[in-house]
Amino acid sequence: MNRIDACFQAGRARGRKTLVGYLTAGDPNMTVSEADIRAAVAGGVDILELGVPFSDPTADGPVIQAAAFRSLQAGTTTSTVLELVRRLRRDLATPIVLFGYANPVFAYGYERFCRDAAAAGADGLLIVDLPYEEAGELRAAAARHGLALIPLIAPTTPKERASMILAQATGFVYYILFRGVTGARHDVADDAAAQIQTLREVTALPIAAGFGVSDGPQARAVAGLADGVVVGSALVKAAREGRLPQLVHELRAAL
Amino acid sequence: MGTEIVKVPDAAGHFGAYGGRYVAETLMPALLAVEAAYREAQSDPAFRREFEELLKHYVGRPSPLYFAPRLSSVYGTRIYLKREDLNHTGAHKINNTVGQALLAVRMGKKKLMAETGAGQHGVATATVAARFGMRCDVYMGVEDIRRQAPNVQRMRLLGARVIPVTSGTQTLKDAMSEALRSWVAEVDDTFYVIGTVAGPHPYPEMVRDFQSVIGVETRAQILAQAGRLPEMILACVGGGSNAAGIFRPFLDDAAVRLVGVEAGGEGLDTERHAASIEAGKVGILHGSKSYVLQDPHGQILNAYSISAGLDYPGVGPEHALWADARRVEYSAVTDREALAAFHELAHLEGILPALESSHALAEAKKRAPKLGPGGTLVVCLSGRGDKDLSSVEEAEGL
Repeated sequence: MNRIDACFQAGRARGRKTLVGYLTAGDPNMTVSEADIRAAVAGGVDILELGVPFSDPTADGPVIQAAAFRSLQAGTTTSTVLELVRRLRRDLATPIVLFGYANPVFAYGYERFCRDAAAAGADGLLIVDLPYEEAGELRAAAARHGLALIPLIAPTTPKERASMILAQATGFVYYILFRGVTGARHDVADDAAAQIQTLREVTALPIAAGFGVSDGPQARAVAGLADGVVVGSALVKAAREGRLPQLVHELRAAL
Repeated sequence: MGTEIVKVPDAAGHFGAYGGRYVAETLMPALLAVEAAYREAQSDPAFRREFEELLKHYVGRPSPLYFAPRLSSVYGTRIYLKREDLNHTGAHKINNTVGQALLAVRMGKKKLMAETGAGQHGVATATVAARFGMRCDVYMGVEDIRRQAPNVQRMRLLGARVIPVTSGTQTLKDAMSEALRSWVAEVDDTFYVIGTVAGPHPYPEMVRDFQSVIGVETRAQILAQAGRLPEMILACVGGGSNAAGIFRPFLDDAAVRLVGVEAGGEGLDTERHAASIEAGKVGILHGSKSYVLQDPHGQILNAYSISAGLDYPGVGPEHALWADARRVEYSAVTDREALAAFHELAHLEGILPALESSHALAEAKKRAPKLGPGGTLVVCLSGRGDKDLSSVEEAEGL
């Protein structure tokens, strides 16, 4: 069984929800970033979403935009992110999903990227601006190399469309809780429960929900609806403010 | 012709290998809804009629095709100017915003939003928002707000909110990124009016269609006035909407050479230019695949041009297809050459052209001698230059 499936299964067996944590690779530089990631995993992040920085992150709010900028300024490239994955995989069993935008992956080459990412020890990919219709080539390359291509489902995605997207999906479903970009919000959207229930009708994959989750109480609220909770901007912010272990502890305790 | 360039895009918005719809899933349903509404509008004669009425009585179309006698004698061939600068709001941008505003009304949207570089598209969007009683937000880079102050003032007077964008280079690229981000959050009641033939499907097709009125008129006018088609048509290319609009109705006229003029900035041998087709590589930016200025790792490079409207690191996907098929020739003109052409048109014809359009004029000057006195060319004068006075003064240290 692959690491992502095993992770959700282990969570279910232990009766706890999966904490999916996002950090931008190379923020603010590779050395500090690796230490942050190890601290997050040690503190209880179950699945690592590792951000591959892009110069024009159109789906991200100010916190992750700034992280991508710092990382690129420090010289991060797709290759150095893959090297980081290789170093982490030497001693970590945590599933790693590479999270990024289409152009750096396209520039690297879809096939080459999937081959190198799989060889480095990544388990999945999530390419924000590559919707189902444009993902055919990458989906095939990912499948060849045993990588899950994690689908995004938005609050605005109709059921028939969700059904089409999820028909061939692997890994888990990333359900976006809010209409907007990444970043902290205050309340969980009212219709999230109904939407997630609808998704259950079209897929057996685990569902992780995120966008805007920033503390323990919010994480607990979301965990009531989904199999996993994704926390991104809040972790990135906490890391830069020196309180990453505390936040991970709080989130873990809430799940 | 080997490559299919006329019947594009396909159902998924691909222009050959280019175009498509590279956006987050959060925007996909919105784009599909815009496309469905556009298809419905296309087959509704009432929509077409209303669009044409507004172009005639509100925009002031047809815009003249003006034979420029003194410019012709100095440049050495017969030059006609397609006077988009005479449209309401002073540029070709209004053709498209009228069309998209009608679509927004049809979809029951209450608000328009737009990105803008030079401010022309922002003004054109603010204008139609006022005309149709809708709210309007315009995203504009802080650097462009500085160099296009008159247009910022116009947008505000028209009732629009100008939202300063401080990320990245603070120019058109960042304004578009920010507009896409904001649209995700406001998608229920807001229509995003993209100003050029770029972005995700159906925008490149839709904007091209709305702008094709430029070429359709030009073709009829040149036949009526010169009795024949021109040897060459030139238009500036940033995202490429005025060029797409004037070129498209001539694609089948194999004898008419079509020339797209990109912003060469300080020269293609420097890093300060905006020539995506000549100096870029295939990539994915702002929702479509096309030629993009990028580094070897796929990070988008900063574009540069004295002209805010051309200062963009990408180009519409249909231009990428036309470039590959060699149906349109693309070349670049530097800031200096564009400035010289700006002054020449002012002195010789009493017309202040936009700095964007001045790029096309400068390329016309280079190509005119080969055509000779018996030749005929058309330059798309996409906009007027009033907005550029401070840029010109700054560049020339006046």
